[in-house]
Amino acid sequence: MRKIKEFFIEKLIFICGLASIFFVALIFLFLTKEGLAVFKYVSPVDFLAGKSWYPISEPAQLGILPLVFGSLMVTLGAAIISIPIGVACAVYIAEIAPSKVKEVLKSGIELLAAIPSVVLGFIGMVTLVPWVKTVFHLPTGLTALSGSIILAFMAMPTIVSIAEDALYSVPKSYKEGAFALGATHWQTIYRVLLPAASSGIVAAVMLGIGRVIGETMAVMMITGNAAVIPQSILVPVRTLTATIAAEMGEAVVGSEHYFALFSIGIVLFIISFIINVTADSFLHKRR
Amino acid sequence: MLKKAVFVLVLFFSTAAVFAGNDKNSIQIKGSDTMVNLGQAWAERYMEENPGDFVAVTGGGSGTGLSSLISGTCDIAMSSRNIKDKEIALAKQKGINPFEIKVALDGLAVVTSPANPVGKLTLDQLAGIFTGRISNWKEVGGKDEKIVVLSREVNSGTHVYFKEHVLRNNNPNGKEEFAPSALLLSSSQAIADEVAANSAAIGYYGMGYISGKQKTIAVAKDDKSGYVEPNIENVLSGKYPISRPLFLYTNDQPQGLIKKFVDYALSKEGQDIVVKTDFVPAKK
Repeated sequence: MRKIKEFFIEKLIFICGLASIFFVALIFLFLTKEGLAVFKYVSPVDFLAGKSWYPISEPAQLGILPLVFGSLMVTLGAAIISIPIGVACAVYIAEIAPSKVKEVLKSGIELLAAIPSVVLGFIGMVTLVPWVKTVFHLPTGLTALSGSIILAFMAMPTIVSIAEDALYSVPKSYKEGAFALGATHWQTIYRVLLPAASSGIVAAVMLGIGRVIGETMAVMMITGNAAVIPQSILVPVRTLTATIAAEMGEAVVGSEHYFALFSIGIVLFIISFIINVTADSFLHKRR
Repeated sequence: MLKKAVFVLVLFFSTAAVFAGNDKNSIQIKGSDTMVNLGQAWAERYMEENPGDFVAVTGGGSGTGLSSLISGTCDIAMSSRNIKDKEIALAKQKGINPFEIKVALDGLAVVTSPANPVGKLTLDQLAGIFTGRISNWKEVGGKDEKIVVLSREVNSGTHVYFKEHVLRNNNPNGKEEFAPSALLLSSSQAIADEVAANSAAIGYYGMGYISGKQKTIAVAKDDKSGYVEPNIENVLSGKYPISRPLFLYTNDQPQGLIKKFVDYALSKEGQDIVVKTDFVPAKK
C-alpha cells in the first residue's frame, strides 16, 4: 500500500515537473502557428522594415520598424537610468551600509518590486508626465523619456538584488588581499570586487532589461503610443508590447491584423529569449 | 478520503448546474467604450424594474464587442460604428447572424484646452490637423505652437468613425490616415485629461465626455456654411456635421430576454436615459 502511494506521488511530481516545459512548448507552437500566417499577406522584409503601422486600413500597412525602435528607445533610456543607480545601490548594500540600514534598504527595494505596474503607470501619468513637459518645454509629456524613467523603477529591484548577490559571492580572500596591499575601501570595490563580480552584474543588468522590454501597462499609459520612428528620447513612441495590448481586443480573429499581432509576439519572444540566454550564460560563467 | 472526493465533485457539479441555470436570465453586453455609461444606465434601471434578470455591461471598444458577439461570448454588442463586411462574413462562418438596432445618436465633439484661442474650424481644417498636413496652431489662427494631435486607439469605433467621416470626408476610397505622430490614447477620459492639461492639444470624443475643463470647437462643413456647436439640438436637427448613430447588435432578431432588454432601451423610458447620459435619442 505504502509503495503504491509512493509510486503515485512520485509520478504526480514528475508530471508537475514536466508541465511547465509542456506549456512553454505549447505556447511557442501556438505563437508560431498564428504568427507565421501573417507572411501570407506581407513579406518578412516589409513586416520587419516597414515604416508605417496602419493595421485597420484597407489594405493594411503592417510595418513594425517604428514599434521596434519605440521599444528599443524606451529600453535603452531605462537601462541608462537604472544600471548606474542599481549597481551603485548594490555596492552600497553589499559593502558599505551598516546592517540596520541594509535591512531597511533591502525591504524598501523589495517593496518597489511589489508595486503593480499599472499603479506606477498611473502615478507616472499624473506626476511625471506634466513634469517632463514643463522641464523640457515639450508639446507633450507623453514621451519615451517618461516611459524610461518609470521602467527604470521596475528594473531596479531586479538589478539590485542580483548584483548584490554577485558581490556577496566574491571570495572574502580577494578583499582581504586588497586591504593587505594597502588599498583603500573604494579602491578595493572599484578595482577588485566589481571586476570579480562582473559576470553576475552583467546577468543582473540583462535580467533587468528583460523585465523592461516585456513591460506593457505602464508604457502604454505614458509613452503616447504614436507609431513613428523616434528621432530623440523626447518624443512619443509606441512599443511592441503596448501595440499588442491595445489592439488585441479589436483584431478580428483570423484577420491579417490578428496574425500580425502574434508575429509581434514572436519578435518579443525572440528578443527576451536572447536576453535571458545571455544573462544565463553570464551567470554560469561565474561558477 | 473517497467520501471527501465524491463530496467535492458533487459540490462542483451542482455549482456548475446552478450557474448554467442562471444563464437563462442573464444577458452579457459588451462593446463600445462610448456607450458603456449608457449601457450601464439602461442595465441598472432595467434590473430595478425586472428583479431576477441580470445584465452585465463591459466596455473594450466596438471591435471588441463585435468580435465577442461573433465568437459567442456576449449576447448583445454595443457599437459606435456599422459592422464591417469582413465581420459579417466571419460571423456567417460561425453561424451567427448579426442583427442591427439603432438606439441613439452621438455627436463627436472636437475639443481643445480653454487656454487655446482657436474656437472654430472647418471640416477641411480638421482633416488637415489630424492627418498632419497642418502642424502649427498659427496656420488656423492660433498661437505659434506645435499642434499635439490626440486620437483614440484603433479598437475604438470613435477612431474609425472620425477617420472615415472627417479625415476622408466620407469618401470610401480615401487614403488619408491619422498622422503617424498622433498620440493614440486608450480611453476618452485619457484624452479629456490630456486636453485639459495641455494648451497645444486637440482631441475628439463623444459629447458625453464634455466638461468645463475642455473647450468644444464649433465646426463648419466648409467655409461658406456657419460654424455649429456640438449640442443635442444641433445633432438632432442634423446641423452639426460630425454625428453618428449608435447601435446594438444581436444574433438574429432579438428574442426572449434579449428582446425584453432591447425593447426597454427603445422605450420612452430607455430613450430618456439616452438624453440623461448626454446622447441624442434615436426616435423622438
